[in-house]
Amino acid sequence: MDRLGYIAMTGATHTMRAQAVVSNNLANISTTGFRAELVAADSAPIYGDVHPSRVNVVTAGYGADFSAGAIMPTGRDLDVAINGEGFIGVQAPDGQEAYTRAGDFYIDTLGMLKTANGLPVMGDGGPVAVPPNSSLTIGADGTISVVPLGQPSNALAIVDRIRLVNPPTQELARGRDGLFRMKGGETAEADASVTLVTGSLETSNVNASAALVEMIELSRTYEMQIKTIETARDDADRAAQLMRLS
Amino acid sequence: MNTALWAAKTGLDAQQTRMAVISNNLANTNTTGFKRGRASFEDLIYQNRTQAGGQTSQITRHPSGTMIGTGVRIVAVQKTFGQGTVAQTNNALDVAINGRGFFQILTPDGLTAFTRDGTFQVDDQGQLVTNNGYPVQPGVTIPPAAQSITIGDDGTISVSLPGQAAPTQVGNIQLSDFINPAGLEPRGQNLFVETAASGAPQISTPGINGVGRLQQGALETSNVNAVEELVSMIETQRAYEMNSKAIETTDAMLQYVANNL
Repeated sequence: MDRLGYIAMTGATHTMRAQAVVSNNLANISTTGFRAELVAADSAPIYGDVHPSRVNVVTAGYGADFSAGAIMPTGRDLDVAINGEGFIGVQAPDGQEAYTRAGDFYIDTLGMLKTANGLPVMGDGGPVAVPPNSSLTIGADGTISVVPLGQPSNALAIVDRIRLVNPPTQELARGRDGLFRMKGGETAEADASVTLVTGSLETSNVNASAALVEMIELSRTYEMQIKTIETARDDADRAAQLMRLS
Repeated sequence: MNTALWAAKTGLDAQQTRMAVISNNLANTNTTGFKRGRASFEDLIYQNRTQAGGQTSQITRHPSGTMIGTGVRIVAVQKTFGQGTVAQTNNALDVAINGRGFFQILTPDGLTAFTRDGTFQVDDQGQLVTNNGYPVQPGVTIPPAAQSITIGDDGTISVSLPGQAAPTQVGNIQLSDFINPAGLEPRGQNLFVETAASGAPQISTPGINGVGRLQQGALETSNVNAVEELVSMIETQRAYEMNSKAIETTDAMLQYVANNL
């Protein structure tokens, strides 16, 4: 068969994958701190003894969109949103440090500060543990202070400081679990300039209108590629007709 | 099957659940001591098509990987234990907790349940019970001749009896606090029960150890903010529509292939 069909097929495959990425972004439009995934088509020319005139398409991710989402006030003590750039350090199930923008925390029965999906939040020296308290405050720089149980309200004790980092975003990659990690596997340095807005959460940064437009565009592109495959088939049919000995 | 279709389907599911949570919050706008729920979303696992940092040649590497996500799910419906407004009712048996803590209630199955709803009544035995007739723990019996009932801010219940100048103390209301109240399991009837996530109840006298003080003649209203819920409802509806649009578009793409090839 003519190569035309195969080249159009790589285009159609890529378009469907890109559609999956857009679809996933739209599905996560309400996920706290979610960063939209970006995807692009990349050209893969076929080199050989001939002039490289045939160019296939491959799907190339170019990471996540790290622009900030909207900050939504919730009024809950344990909700934090990052103001501007930066990430919150959490302990992934493998014990390594990973980074997230989702700041909807809770305190478990052992007093560990955890994210909504149960990952311990990192402090200055390992996961943050909060002693029994009558009130808890998270400061703009991540400092957690509590009024210990049975103490007067002026007896504030500083517990720990949430690990806030701000590595260059090009050094971060998303893992299969949706958390970000440093590409080299090292841990990012704590950055004192990252600030939090307490009592608020950051929304997903997926731009719904852009995603819908992108989806229409992908849909039309897909139709064009299928049309090309169709043309390749028609051409082959016509050639076969000519060759037929009637 | 097609990842795009399934990712959009998880979006529909999650938004549907969120809508149920919002509806429940709105339905309970006037429920005494009700705590609003909040659906927390989490992205599902990603499929790794190209590894970020993988070598593209001996000296060059992929600047970023291709990760294709598989959708979203609701990881938790958290109760938000913010204080509701304390509304004055002037009914002697209405009690509001101003601060942390829960009243302890003995349910008919013998378990202790916890509530923020302090709408108490006296049953035919003189026991202090909830609207459903479940006794408050530790049990308090009000003598039939009691002229008036006073509940102090530390939970002390005293009554004045005919012919006695000094009030008689008949019992104490104690409160339970939890390290992670969001881990309590809502049971309906304004009751919560202890789970492994909430931790064991720490019982104390109101006003001590960080638990709130009581206020007689008042009730804690629901902490649902109707405006916030309505805005969330609009957001949920739009998100639902967009996800169904994603299904429609992907379906149209597949249909085009089926029809034209």
